[in-house]
Amino acid sequence: MMLAAAFTSRRGTLLLLVAVMLLVPLVAPSSFYLRVAALVWIFALAALGLTIVMGYAGQVSLGHAGFLGIGAYAVAIGPRHLALDPLLSLALGALLCGLVAYLVGKPILKLKGYYLAIATLGFGLIVALVLASESAVTGGPDGMPVARLSLFGWRVTGALTWYWVTAGALLLGALLALNVEASPTGRALRALHDSEIAAAGAGVDVASKKLAAFVIGAVYAGIAGALLALMNGLITPETAGFMHSIELVAMVIIGGLGSVTGAVVGAAFLVVLPQALTSLQEYEQAVLGLLIMVFMIFLPSGIVPTLRRLVLERAS
Amino acid sequence: MAEFLQLVFSGLTVGVVYALVAMGFTLVYNASDVINFAQGDFVMIGGMGTVFLASAGIALPLAALIAVLAAVVVGLLLHRLAIEPARRATPVTLIMITIGASIFIKGVALIAFDKQFHSLPAFSGSDPIAVAGATILPQSLWVASGALALFAGLSLFLKKTLLGKALLATAANRLAARLVGINVAAILALAFGVSAAIGAVAGILVTPITLTRYDVGTLFALKGFAAAMVGGMGHPFGAIAGGLAIGLLEAFGAGYVSSTYKDAVAFLAILLVLFVMPRGLFGGRSVERV
Repeated sequence: MMLAAAFTSRRGTLLLLVAVMLLVPLVAPSSFYLRVAALVWIFALAALGLTIVMGYAGQVSLGHAGFLGIGAYAVAIGPRHLALDPLLSLALGALLCGLVAYLVGKPILKLKGYYLAIATLGFGLIVALVLASESAVTGGPDGMPVARLSLFGWRVTGALTWYWVTAGALLLGALLALNVEASPTGRALRALHDSEIAAAGAGVDVASKKLAAFVIGAVYAGIAGALLALMNGLITPETAGFMHSIELVAMVIIGGLGSVTGAVVGAAFLVVLPQALTSLQEYEQAVLGLLIMVFMIFLPSGIVPTLRRLVLERAS
Repeated sequence: MAEFLQLVFSGLTVGVVYALVAMGFTLVYNASDVINFAQGDFVMIGGMGTVFLASAGIALPLAALIAVLAAVVVGLLLHRLAIEPARRATPVTLIMITIGASIFIKGVALIAFDKQFHSLPAFSGSDPIAVAGATILPQSLWVASGALALFAGLSLFLKKTLLGKALLATAANRLAARLVGINVAAILALAFGVSAAIGAVAGILVTPITLTRYDVGTLFALKGFAAAMVGGMGHPFGAIAGGLAIGLLEAFGAGYVSSTYKDAVAFLAILLVLFVMPRGLFGGRSVERV
C-alpha cells in the first residue's frame, strides 16, 4: 500500500524522494558516491524542467541543455567579469534563462512536432557555439573556472555539503513541479498535450500556456546548470552541447514521461550508468547507446510508469 | 566576384552532401514516419569503411563497394532489430531509439576503427581547376556528379520499377498499400537499406575533401535533418533544395560573417524560414487535421 501511495499521491512522491535523500549518505561508502548522487539531483532538477515542457505540455525540446549552459556560465561570468556575488549571479542567470526562453519560445512554440524539434535543436547549437567562440568572456572551448559559492560568509564546499544543497534544490523544484501539475495551469497543459484544438475549444489560451511551460522549464535548467558549475568549479561549452540535450530528453523518457519520479529515476539512470561504465573504457559509448535502445524498445513508457503499473496491479 | 564564386563552389560541394543525407531522412520518413538520427552514421561507415579496407590492401573501388554494402547491412539490421519491434512507439521514443542507435554505431566504430581523422586520396588528382577567377577541386566535381547520378538513379527506381512504385505507394498510404498486396515490412526495410547506401556513397565521395572520423555522423545528421526540414519533411525536391541552401548559407556565413559562426548562420536562417513557412519551403500550407 505504501508503495502504491508513493506512486499515486503528491505527498507520497515527496516522501519517497526525501526518504531516498536521507538514506543515500548513510549507505554511500565514500565521498565519490555523494558527488555522483549530487550530480543525480542536479540533472534531475534539469530533467524536471524538461518534464514540464515535454511531459506536461507535450512540446519537444532538443536544445534544453542550452539553458543549462546559460545558467552555468552566468555563475562563472558574473563573479569574474562583473564582480557580482555568485548567488546573485545564479538568480540573474535563472532570470536570463526565463527571458531567453520567453523571447525564443514565443515564435518557435508555434511550430509543431519535428519542426519544433529542429528549431529547439538549432537554439541549443547556437548557445553552445557562442559559449565556445567568445573566448574573451567564456574562455573558449577549454571553458573557465567558477568561483566558489559562499552563503552569508559560509563557504559551500565538500561533497556532503553539496549533496544537501543540491538535494534541497531538487526537493524545492519537485514541490513546485507537483504543484504546477495540480494547478489549473497544469490541467490546461495536459489538455493541450492531448489535443491543442480541443484545449483551445475549452477556452485554454494554448500559446501562453505553452510559453509558460517553456519558461518554467528553462528556469529549472538554468538553476541546475548554475549548481553544476558551482559544484564542479569548472565549466565548458559542452555543458550546452547537443549530447547533453539528448541526455536530458533520454532522462525524461527513460524515467517515464510526465512524472516527477520519472525525471528523478531517469536522471539517476543516465548519471550513474556512465560512471559504472567507465571501467569498460572504450566500450562505454557502445554500451550506453545499446542500453538507450533496449530501454526505449522494451520499456517505451519508461521505468516509473511500468513499475507503477506492476505495483498497482499487485495492490488491487 | 571571384570570392563570391569560390563560396558558391564550396557551398554547393557540402550542400550536395547535406542533400544526400536529407534524401536518406526523407526516404525513411516517407516510408515509415521515422526520423532516423543514425542517418549521418551511414556517411561515417562509408568513409571510414573505405579508408580501413583500402589500408588493408583492398583496391579502392572494391573497398568502397564493400563499405556501402556494410552500411546497407547496418541499415537493415537497424530496421529489423530496433525499429520493427517498436512499431507502435510514439515519435519521440522512435527518435530516441535512433539516437541510441547512432551512439551505439559510433561506439562500435570507435572500437573497430580508431579516434583519428582519416582521409582518402582524391579520385582524380587534387590540382584545382580555375573557373572565372575561382578554383574548384576535381573531387568537388566527383561529389556533384556522384550525387546527380544517385538522384537520377533514385528517381528512376521510384518511378520506373515495381519495387520503387511499391515504396511510393507505401509512403502515400500504408494501409492502402497493404490492401493491394504490398509487403509493407519489406518495403520499410528497403527504405532503410537504400537510405544507408545513399549515405555511405556520400561519405565516400566527400571524405577526400572533409576527412572522416568515427563521430562525423552527428554533424551530418544535424545538417541533413535541418535540410530536410527546411525543404519540408517528406519532399524529395525539398531535401535537395534544403541541402544546397544550407551548404550555401554555411559557405556565405563563413565567408562574409565569421567562420566560427557559420553553423549559427545556417541555423538562424532555418529558424527564419520556419517562422515564415512553418512546414518548410515545399511543405505547403499548414493544415491540421482534427
